Formats: sequence, C-alpha cells, structure tokens
Amino acid sequence: MLLIYCPYCEEERSELEFRNGGDAHIARPTNMAEISDEEFEAYFFLRDNPKGVIFERWRHVHGCGRFFNAARDTISDRFLTTYKAGEPKPDLNEKPKTGAEVETYEALEGAAQ
Amino acid sequence: MADQAIATRNVPLAGRRGGSPAAILTPADPASRIALRAGAEAVSALSAALGVTLPVRPKTSASTGRRHALWLGPDEWLVIDEDNADLMAAAASSGVVHSAVDVSHRNTAVIVSGPGAEVAINSGCPQDLSLAIFPVGACSRTIFGKAEIVLFRTAEDTFRVECWRSFSPFVFGLLSEGAEDAAY
Amino acid sequence: MSGVNRISGAGRLTPARSARFTFDGRTLTALEGDTVASALIANDIHLVGRSFKYHRPRGILSAGAEEPNALLDVARDAARRQPNVRATVQEVFDGMKVSSQNRWPSLAFDIGGFNDLLSPFFAAGFYYKTFMWPKAAWHKLYEPFIRRAAGLGVAPTEADPDHYSSRYVHCDVLVVGAGIAGLAAALAAAKAGAKVILCDEQPGVGGALHYDSGTVIDGKPGYDWAQATGKALAAMDNVTLLTRTTAFGYYNHNFVGLVERVTDHLASPEKSLPRERLWQVRAKKVILANGAIERHMVFANNDRPGIMLASAGRTYLNHFGVAVGKRVGVYTAHDSAYEAAFDLKKAGVTVAAIVDCREKPGEAVLAKARELGIEVLAGHSVVNTTGKLRIASINVARNGGGASRKIAVDALLVSAGWTPSVHLFSQSRGKVKFDASTERFLPGTYAQECLSVGACNGTDDLQATIDEALAAGELAARAAGAEGGAQVTLTGRNAFEWTGGMHGAAEGAGADTTVKAFIDFQHDVCAKDIRLAVREGMHSIEHIKRFTTNGMASDQGKLSNMHGLAIAAEALGKEIPAVGLTTFRQPYTPVTFGTIVSHSRGSLFDPARKTPMHAWEEAHGAEFEDVGNWKRAWFYPQAGEDMHEAVARECKTVRDVAGVFDASTLGKIEVVGPDAAKFLNLMYTNAWDNLKPGRCRYGIMLREDGFIYDDGVVGRMAEDRFHVTTTTGGAPRVLQHMEDYLQTEFPHLKVWLTSTTEQWAVIAVQGPKAREIIAPLVEGIDLSNGAFPHMSVAEGKICGVPTRLFRMSFTGELGFEVNVPADYGQAVWEAIWARAEPMGACAYGTETMHVLRAEKGYIIVGQDTDGTVTPHDAGLSWAVSKKKPDFVGIRGLTRPDLVKEGRKQLVGLLTKDPKVVLEEGAQIVADPNEPKPMTMLGHVTSSYWSSNCGRSIALALVAGGQARLGQTLYVPMADRTIAVEVSDMVFFDKEGGRLHG
Ligand SMILES: [Zn+2]
Repeated sequence: MLLIYCPYCEEERSELEFRNGGDAHIARPTNMAEISDEEFEAYFFLRDNPKGVIFERWRHVHGCGRFFNAARDTISDRFLTTYKAGEPKPDLNEKPKTGAEVETYEALEGAAQ
Repeated sequence: MADQAIATRNVPLAGRRGGSPAAILTPADPASRIALRAGAEAVSALSAALGVTLPVRPKTSASTGRRHALWLGPDEWLVIDEDNADLMAAAASSGVVHSAVDVSHRNTAVIVSGPGAEVAINSGCPQDLSLAIFPVGACSRTIFGKAEIVLFRTAEDTFRVECWRSFSPFVFGLLSEGAEDAAY
Repeated sequence: MSGVNRISGAGRLTPARSARFTFDGRTLTALEGDTVASALIANDIHLVGRSFKYHRPRGILSAGAEEPNALLDVARDAARRQPNVRATVQEVFDGMKVSSQNRWPSLAFDIGGFNDLLSPFFAAGFYYKTFMWPKAAWHKLYEPFIRRAAGLGVAPTEADPDHYSSRYVHCDVLVVGAGIAGLAAALAAAKAGAKVILCDEQPGVGGALHYDSGTVIDGKPGYDWAQATGKALAAMDNVTLLTRTTAFGYYNHNFVGLVERVTDHLASPEKSLPRERLWQVRAKKVILANGAIERHMVFANNDRPGIMLASAGRTYLNHFGVAVGKRVGVYTAHDSAYEAAFDLKKAGVTVAAIVDCREKPGEAVLAKARELGIEVLAGHSVVNTTGKLRIASINVARNGGGASRKIAVDALLVSAGWTPSVHLFSQSRGKVKFDASTERFLPGTYAQECLSVGACNGTDDLQATIDEALAAGELAARAAGAEGGAQVTLTGRNAFEWTGGMHGAAEGAGADTTVKAFIDFQHDVCAKDIRLAVREGMHSIEHIKRFTTNGMASDQGKLSNMHGLAIAAEALGKEIPAVGLTTFRQPYTPVTFGTIVSHSRGSLFDPARKTPMHAWEEAHGAEFEDVGNWKRAWFYPQAGEDMHEAVARECKTVRDVAGVFDASTLGKIEVVGPDAAKFLNLMYTNAWDNLKPGRCRYGIMLREDGFIYDDGVVGRMAEDRFHVTTTTGGAPRVLQHMEDYLQTEFPHLKVWLTSTTEQWAVIAVQGPKAREIIAPLVEGIDLSNGAFPHMSVAEGKICGVPTRLFRMSFTGELGFEVNVPADYGQAVWEAIWARAEPMGACAYGTETMHVLRAEKGYIIVGQDTDGTVTPHDAGLSWAVSKKKPDFVGIRGLTRPDLVKEGRKQLVGLLTKDPKVVLEEGAQIVADPNEPKPMTMLGHVTSSYWSSNCGRSIALALVAGGQARLGQTLYVPMADRTIAVEVSDMVFFDKEGGRLHG
C-alpha cells in the first residue's frame, strides 16, 4: 500500500485516502467545440502509459479533497515528487530512470544478475 | 399548521452504548454543523462572524467554548456547535463570498474515550494517531474501514468521530470491535 | 509420562505441565509448550502423512515454518477445524484433535500408495500431458481424481465461529525475527529511543538458539540471554514485542503485514479474544533478521519418516527434550549437523555414524567427533534407505563407487547447509545477488528502507552478526529520528565455526531416471523431474518451476528452490546465477482467510445504508432491495400478495389515489457561489442562467465523450445556490466528476460543492390526491397550481420543521418531494402517512417507481443507458442546449460515430400479445428466420407489466429505432419468438395533463 505525500495536507498518508485520477497536464481545450476529430482523439483517448516516470493526478478524496499531481515511477512505485494542481510540471533533478535501470520484480525473475 | 404537533427528532445511534473499558463509545448529542467553504480572503470576516478563528494549517482546529472549527482542506472547514446555535445565520452575517451548507443532520458523531481510543480507531483508520503526530486538537478527514470519517482529538484519550448518518451503524460496529480488541 | 522418547532432564519444557490430545483417535500426552510435532515424536510417531502425488509415507522433516510434510488437520471442535496445519508450528493444547490427511483408509495402509507403483505415469508435467483430453473427462474424472489424490486436506463445512481483528500501527523500526540478530537490533534501536516493533513467528524469542547448545552471549548461555533480552525489551514503553507473529508480506513503502496467532495455542481461550490479529505496520525503517533455513540432502529415498533436518533433531532434543530416535544416523555436507550428533550422544542416544559427503569436513567438528567416539565416514554418501513406514537403515558407499555398507538407524539427520532467508527482502522488491564464494543468494540492491542483518544477510560469524545487528538497529533508529542515548555492546562466542554446504543431488541420487531423490517434498518433485524438464526443452527456471511444480506448494519451496536451481544449472551446463531465481511472493507462510477478512464480515462486511424511514418501512412489511450500499424499500406486500400483485396494486393506487415513496437515497449536491450557474452550464447539457430561483429543471450530464453520465432534477434555491439531485448509485461519482472539473479545469469559478444526500430525508407524495395529503401539514408555501406549478421549489415548514418542498414528479402524476432534515424524516413521513392512508393511498417501493416512470417513458441512467447512449439516442435532444459555447461533452457529441445514421435509439416496444412481458436484456431482430448468427438490432432495457395500461410495456435500444415506429420486430427466446411493435416511449397519459393536476 502506497504512502503518498499530499501537498495540501503537508503529510504522507495511506493510499486508502486517495484516488488516482489518470495522466496529469492534459489541459482541456478552451475552444472545445471547435477542435478537430484528431485533436479530440489526442485529448481524450490517447495516453502514453509509460514504463518509468509518469506524471499523474491524484485526489486526496478522503482527506482534504484536493486534486494534486505526482511524478511516480511506474516500475518501483516510488514517488519522485508531488505538487499542487495548477503548478507547472517540475523539472525532476533526478534523471528519470529508464526501465532497464530500475530494480524490479520482473528483472529479478529468471535472470538474477 | 399551528395545531399540528411539531415533528419529533430521531437521532441515529439513539440509545447505543458500547465499547470496552479501554475505549468507551458514546453517541454524541445532536449538534449544529456547517460545511464551510471560502477563499483565503474571506477567512478573517468569517472567523469574526462565527466567533471562532478558522484554522489555516492542515490538521488543526480551533475552538471557542463548545463551537469548533475543523480544517478539512485549504478552503474547507467543518464548523460544529454543540449548543445547536444557528451557524448558517452566523456565516451569512459575514458579508463575504463563501459557501455555507447546513449538514447538521447529514453528520452524526461517536465519542471514543479511554486509554485504548487510539487502538480502537486504528482498527479501521490508517493514520498515525500517536500524540506526537496527532496531538490534542488535531483533526482530519480520513477513512475508517469502508466509511469516511472526520476525526477530531478533543483530549489525550478522547476522539470525536464524525460520519454520515447512514454510515453510523457501521462506524459504531467497527469501533465496538476495535474497542474490544484494544482491551487486550 | 509425556512420551517414550522424552529424555528426563533434557529440554526447556516443564515436565509437570502436561496436555492430552488425540492423533487419529489415539490419545497422547504432551507437555505444555510442545508443538504437535515434538509431541508426536516424543510418542515415537514419525509417520504423519502421505505425500501429494505418490502417497508415500511421510514424517516430520523440520521444526519450523518451512515444514513441507507434516500438514495435519487440527480441530478444537466441529466448527473450529483447520486443515493443512504445520505440525511443527502448531502448539499442543489440552483437548485438541489432530488427524492425518491424504490417506485412505488409514495412514499405515493407504490405497493411494499404488500411485507410487504407477509413478512412471506421474512424471513431471503429467498434468499437462495426461489430463488434456477428452475435455469432457475433466470435470467427471480428472479433477476429482487430482483432488482426491492431492494432499490438500478437507475444508470445514461450518461457518467459522471465531473472530479476527486488525489494526494499523506505525513505528520507527520494525524488526522481523527475534533471534540473536533481531534481538540485538531491536535492543540497539530501542535504547536509542526509537518506537520499535519486534516480531517473531515462534512462541518465544531466541530463533536459532532454540536448537543451540554451545553459544554464549554476554556471558550467558545463548538461549538464556535471549529470554532475558526479550523480557527487557517487552518491559520498555517504546517496544512492542510480538511472538507467534509472522511477518507474511512486505508491501510498498514499508508496509508490512503481520499475523499474530492469539488463541490457537490456548486450551480454552476467552471468547472476546480474536483468534488471530492482523497488524498492518507502516515502519519508517525495517530490519530483516529472518535467519536461514537448513536444506535437506538430496539422495535416493530421502523421504522416509524418521529422516529430518539436523537442526530439527537438535531442536527436539535441546528445546523439547525429545530424542528423535534411539539409533540416529547423520548425513551431511555441512559442519552444523555434527553438533546434532554431539548433543544426541551426550544425551545418551546412540549415534550410528556421521556420513559426510565432503572429503574434508571442518577440523574442529571432526576432532570433537573423534573425542566423543562417533564414527565419521567422510567422502561417503548415503545411496539408498530402507524402511516401509519409518527409516530402518541407510546404504552408505564411498564416493566414486564401490560396495555399499548397510547401517541400521531409526532416524537420520540431514543437512546440506543453510539458505539465507531472503523472502521478505525479495518481497520488498530488493534485488538479490549471488555470492559465488559461498554459493548463495544474498540481499543485493535495496528497494525500500530496510536492512538485512545476520544469517539472512549471509553473516556467519556470531560476533559479526551481533555487531552488524547493533549497528543496524542504531542506524535505523537515528534515521527514523530517534535521539536517545545509550549505545549497546555485546559479545558472543560459538562452540564451533561452521564450514561446508552443497546444492542439488548428492552422490547416490544418481542421474538414474527411476531414483526418487526428493527435492520438493510437498509436491513430490524429484531431482530426475528437473532433469526431465530440461530435456523437454525448459531452459528458464520459471518454466522448469511450472513444468515440475517445484516450489509451487504452500511452502513455496523454502527447502527445494536452491536444490532445484542447482540441478537445473547442472543439467543446462550453466552457473547457478545464469539460470536465475524465481521471485518470492507474499505471503511468506499461508495466512487464514479469517485474518485477511478480519472485521469485514457480517454487518461490517459493507456498510448497509438505511434511510431515516427504514424502521417504519420494515415495520410495514417492506421487502428491500440493494441499490449501491443502500437498502431501499422495494415493494410492500400485503397479506397473501406476491411481488407481482403488490406492485400491480401499488401502481394502480398511485395513479388512482396517491402513493408515498422514500426517495431519500437520491444523491444531493448543494452548489453554492456567485458562479454556480456558470459552473452548472459547463457540467450539464442544459442552460441554467435563465432558471429562476424557485424553479427546477431536469438536467443531463455527459462525459467528455458525449455519452450520458447521470441525470437529475436541479432546483434553484437562490441566485447563488442550487439543489442538485443525482441518481442514487451515481451520487459519489457525480460529485467526484464535478469536483474534478471544478478544481482542475475551471478553478477560476467561485463556486463550491457540498454533498447533502444525507442531510435531507425525501418523501415523495405522488398522485391525484398528493396536494390534499400534504397541504394541511405545510406552512408558508402556497401549493396552488398557479403559485407552485410543476417544477417548482420553495422553502417553508412542514409539521413545524424546515422543508425544501419540490413540486416534481417521476411518475407523471401531480407530485411533491418533501425534503426535511434527516432526523425529522420518520416523524414527517408518519404525519403524511396518517393523512394518506385514510384516503386510500399506499406506500410504494422502488419497483412501482420503476413501472410508473416506464409508463411515462422516463429513463433510468444505468438501466436504459449503458455508457454508450447519447441524449439524442435517448430521445432527449430537447435537453441539449444549442446556444452554449461549451459544456462537458459538447465535442464528443459531434464525433462521426455519434452523429451517424442507424445508431441505437431508445424506443418503446409493445408485444403483439399484450399479456407477454419481455425479458430485460433480450435481443431484438428484424427477421426471426435469418440463419444464425442473426443480425441483432438491439436489446430490451426495461420491461414490466403495467396494471395502469392493462398490458406489458417495454423500453429498448434499437438500431435506427426512431425511424422504425410502427414496425414489427422480433425477440427470439429459447422456446419461442415474440413479435413486438415499435412504439414511442410514452405509454400512459401521452398528453401529460396529470402532471399539472
Ligand atoms: Zn490532502
């Protein structure tokens, strides 16, 4: 069970208090009615599902109720940072790890060292 | 109509008593409550109107007598008046932009008291309730088993557990099991 | 007497405290503190079960949690019976009933033993090869056969009468394992002031010191030091010492699951005690002091009862005071087993010989063996064993061949060395590394905030273990923020330093394809099976594991993994690390369902949400249905009525007179702020600016893709305040959806959302007499049509308490929805009922509500829509604003597929035979004679008998439905085809005049 730092509550809390909200930094077009089919597809349907660092939204639904953003490594489940909604995507001083460099269950299986 | 008897109030958990010597469970008396929402610019006017300083730090509360303002989020407070004062009118008198919604009947509360109160609540609540982390006066919306609660520590060994009324039998039931386990 | 093999003066149990139990009906005496295993061995019983596949006689192999053989059925009473209990872990209590498993008709004569003779048919992979065909035979033949043959015990049929508890707990340092390393680490952390939890799966602290006889720590015998240290720790305020507590799972972010066995060892536990307690620990730092697990030797017929791990033999002797035999042999590749021989010899047991497959055993143990007069056969191997139900002899031969010598034994202690227990480390996602010099996997790269110390970290030397553990304890405490004082130092020394160890098959296990040299006892996997798997093309350890099932039993290969890996590596001609290690998963040892479920059973399984009027409804005979977590009154059967009759009566009564309905569960959201209307404009397809305070409007909410998400009536209470209603099931997700947009897309809007679902009890009064019923109770609201028309809302009083009164209808009748603060709900309901009942009105439930709304063609989101239906498909185009520049879903609605001709649209269906009621979900076709697969046009979404229409009615999603009005379509059922006519969706009062009555 994850431990997530809520930037509003300024404290780490159990995953049980949170709900994941999918990818972050996908802005809803302000001219929604006018966008093309391709633009709508990109906005609504297409996601990267990265192996490695993902910027994603969480809501502290059973806490302060706020949506906020997080950078999480999808392989190790380590949170690199969390930050308030509306704040720009942080420049992660830590170079994002690639899948091959991250220690995983999968990497262990069948081929330890 | 004047000759009609005024409807009687049936509170949830009426007559329920429970817990263990380690953690005694008592349904709280009816209280008036508002869910208060406002921006930072309205805090001082609302504080003045309500007669209690709205806390702006996470997990903190402020009390004036039997009126309590609990920080739930950066623009959200649960204000409880144990004497059933008209909080809606008080908030309205602030004259600043805000949202006050009467939730006096939406919520009910259980008082958990005794040396095992922390353990009883930790039967379903994943937060660290040790005094250093959750001191007297601390409050938080959180989860208790499958129910959402607002937890408010009113004394070293006493918590007020607020929940929605239809969840109260569940909350009371799980607290009872937690209280029993806290005795060991 | 507590067993013939109990040696007076040996062991640490109290001879005066005995307990009686039965094993397969035979009454036996044990001592308090015995495990079932130690008590059985004390009574000279080694044969305890039959093996999984071959039904071979099996005995007790170990003295701990790694036990693969001695799985027994343990009962307190009929309901408190548990299969597959490890005899080496379960403590004896007075009155317990123990039975062996997987044998018929008896343990000594088991008919399944024929499987052993048929074993050529049960080679590795036999499941995949044998039971593939014919398919039909699976259920009738193969599965029952496997189930009967498999030694999995029998589950109890009674409900579990025990209760289980669970708690979350936080600490600075969690120490797993209370052996030497764990105790030292916990002591250092605690003295530094950290909040410490120390847990151990055994009943007492000490770990390996349970079997030890020669270690001295802090000037005391090791076991005594451990007990004193455990006592001192338990007395500290900042320490929680949990024995009989297994850390079974290491999860994300230092979340560790512990299960504490609270009552399983007690003869008559207090009823209020939980049987087990789940500790959900969140630790800042974790110290793993799991120790190591001894491996058995792999040789021909190495599974006979009486063959056990050397450390187990020592445990039974030194801790339980039980000799495992009268004439004991030792077969080893490691010095540690020598100490078992020494202890036995000193206790007066005959040691037949120590067979050591190494040419050069450790010098110290060799010298000691000579001194004690024990014969040591170095460079020898055990090549076979005899004995039907217990080992009788071993055949020993010089490595490299030559004649074998038969040595009579009644027990054989084996040791191939020690495997560091990296299970929890691996669960934490740590990456193991292979230490080539000692040929073992050790903790390598850490993934979480934890440290391994002692034997599980590959630290062999005692003083090094102590120093490493003390340092780790203090480091963890400091890192967790502890600032306390005292540093701890400890000194310790062993009787002997140990050398040696081997993996895989020993000499004499042979490459022979018929020799049964077991590596996985629980799944009956032999060395030859691993070789077969390699020959059949399995080159990855993951494939070999699944092909042979090695390590896949409930013991997860604690003994067998390294042996299997070594044999595979040899067969593949590779180094061990090149073949790889399978991953360890939670749980470390099996965990009961009771513990996992814990409090979540019965009324605490899920909150049962009840409305303020629930007690009245129950008292008036309502049947209830579950809607989400709510219990909703479904219908109110009167004497002699079935559901159909009750609903027909309720439907008629509402339209003829009136009905009272509990609508409290409807979701309610208060939307407040100067930008409230602006926000609702974005959230709903409708326009809200022009809705005047005191008026209501039906609103549709879409997802961004254009499909209907929810609907409900919204009342404007004031310029800046709306009372929004949602579907019962949709309330939480609609609020989440609105918060999402408000916080992340439209944060500039000054508006706030508050759930008020439970603030209000809602009493719907519907029907021609609705006004007459409530009018005398209402104060301050003019209920006349002119002042309070359909779709109005006003605040006033009812029965002297505040109300938000809505004039609205989900039935098509003159209707009101009385909202009162929830605690007044029951009293106001009773007051309304007191007026309604004498007029001939009824109370009605959700089923009648469903029928009445269907008669009017009102949809239910989630029943008539399924996430692929647009407002246009649902015939609700009128509710979609054409003027607004934006709302959620505006772009989705214009996607090519959503504006295409021929989409499924909601229509009414009238069966040609009015008495036939369609089945909801039934498919609809145009040509009932079309060969299969037929072209499906859509399906029935709602279907009822309508007593008001005197016929059946239905709603359906039909391709191009609105263009098919009047057409005849068909609903093919299993036994007949039903002809239907497509109609519009309104079946009753098409003009809608009754709404305005
Ligand atoms: Zn928060």
